[in-house]
Amino acid sequence: MPKKLHKINLFLLLVFIYFLTSMRISNAALELSITDGNIKPIPIAIPVFLNDPQDDSDIGSKISKVIANNLANSGLFYPINPKAFIEKINNIDQRPDFQSWRIINSEALVIAKVVTLTDDMISIKYRLFDVINGKELEAQILNSPIKQWRRIAHLISDSVYERLTGEKGYFDTQVAFIAESGSKTNRIKRLAIMDQDGNNPRHLTKGNSLVLTPRFSPTSQEITYLSYANGIPQVYIYKIDSKQTYEIGSFPGMTFAPRFSPDGKKIIMSLQQGVGSNIYEMNLSNYEKRRLTNSPDIDTAPSYSPDAKRITFESDRSGSQQIYVMDANGKNVKRISFGKGSYSTPVWSPRGDYIAFTRMYQGRFMIGVMFADGTGERIITDGYHNEGPTWAPNGRVLMFFREVPGEKGGANIYSVDITGYNERLIKTPGYASDPAWSPLMN
Amino acid sequence: MRNKSPFHIFIAIFLIITVAGCTSRQKIEATLFGGGEGEEVVDITASAIPGTSQDFSVNVGDRIFFATNSTDLDEDAKSILQRQSSWLELYPDINILMEGHADERGTREYNLGLSARRAEVAKSYLENLGISGNRITTISYGKERPVAACGADACWSQNRRAVSAVVTIN
Repeated sequence: MPKKLHKINLFLLLVFIYFLTSMRISNAALELSITDGNIKPIPIAIPVFLNDPQDDSDIGSKISKVIANNLANSGLFYPINPKAFIEKINNIDQRPDFQSWRIINSEALVIAKVVTLTDDMISIKYRLFDVINGKELEAQILNSPIKQWRRIAHLISDSVYERLTGEKGYFDTQVAFIAESGSKTNRIKRLAIMDQDGNNPRHLTKGNSLVLTPRFSPTSQEITYLSYANGIPQVYIYKIDSKQTYEIGSFPGMTFAPRFSPDGKKIIMSLQQGVGSNIYEMNLSNYEKRRLTNSPDIDTAPSYSPDAKRITFESDRSGSQQIYVMDANGKNVKRISFGKGSYSTPVWSPRGDYIAFTRMYQGRFMIGVMFADGTGERIITDGYHNEGPTWAPNGRVLMFFREVPGEKGGANIYSVDITGYNERLIKTPGYASDPAWSPLMN
Repeated sequence: MRNKSPFHIFIAIFLIITVAGCTSRQKIEATLFGGGEGEEVVDITASAIPGTSQDFSVNVGDRIFFATNSTDLDEDAKSILQRQSSWLELYPDINILMEGHADERGTREYNLGLSARRAEVAKSYLENLGISGNRITTISYGKERPVAACGADACWSQNRRAVSAVVTIN
């Protein structure tokens, strides 16, 4: 694929990050381990960011609100109500009065100031403190176009999350999904995209043809999906910067369930052949396709391991839908799901440890995770209809969709920690399904 | 009207042309013909023209149904496909788009594969009855095009279907 200077890259060129200090002192009192299922959130104080006196847009307040919302949504932080604050921050270069922050039980403090550089550029200096030990943990200056203020907020959120949890953040990300409108028997489905927190939702297709199952490329610049645009359901790619779509080759049968390889050079998908569907790999540089499974059964929903050495998929070859893992060349196929009921939509975690799935048993649809060898299965949510998990790039959080039955019913997107705690509805303008979480944008 | 013979249909059309003028598509009571069909209201203008998709859906049956997660043809499905086959022999200029559908109680990708298989199974059955495979195109809609919206099997059973859509060649 041609390398272009994307808008996002241009943005990144404009983001100058200075590490004023970079104190990497281990601090057991504050740092949170989230691998042990600890869910006691860190109380954090985020006073309203100071604005440039010449600017009346109150951008500082907007940015600090988005950061507080991100950190609260993660379930790992508890932003303290600003009404409880004792010290008023007037100058971010002065040492905060840590005792006044300790009194209100704050363990961390984020302060920042916005400076207007030009008509459309701002600079933000922010500092993160360990309140208990009275130490600065991080300080950065970020320059950005003013219209990208939400991205600045997400970048700072990622930085705070990373510094205090030791895990990569996931706030500077987007979610592709299917926006649904119209009646249940005449649904209009459109390809759509939004920020991870549900902001900036926008449609990418007009709704003239049915579209399903969007999945991001590793650069977040392309989305592969299923479209009925030419009558026969086929796999397409949408390029976000040019807003163009193209078919990835014409096939005699339906192609469906596409997903990019971790290097973005291939797409793995199902090709329907008669009564069966098999898994194929399509090389995007020369459009050569390679068959990976060969059965009269329905093999679908393939997903690569992050090292691209293995593929998980579902098949009904045993008589019901079950999850399998095979080598990337199609050899060594092993079934890994053995619980009661059937298993579907396996998707490999970006960390490589878990495979998330949909499990169906006695008319209930659950979301769960298991290790790639089939051990350690854990159900995260269970109900009438939960389907289609997708991983945050740090492998700690999942999104999925939940459907309510009936004529007025429909699907909504939820996020949940892989421990099963902290489930949250992602607010969308209408019904929404098939979420696909992007990699980190930066 | 399901078992009305072509002769009755002919009479019906004749009556409509002479009596009703055949200009409107308003519903006419079937009791017009004294056929003892009670108070059933039937759109005769739609059902009575042989070789149309209305004729096909009303007099032959354009859809077959499946059990949950199944692609097997039961006796009802086979009998409807046999009637479809006879009808298609009668109208060799008509092709079929065989749509496979699934209910909402499955996952999206698998339902696409499942309903593709339903369409292919129905197509194969028609081929075995002598209808050329060239006349039948299949398409899979998964759970995306339900005809019944309630959250109960009364609706799901109507959605687990293969529908033969009439495509006329000129």
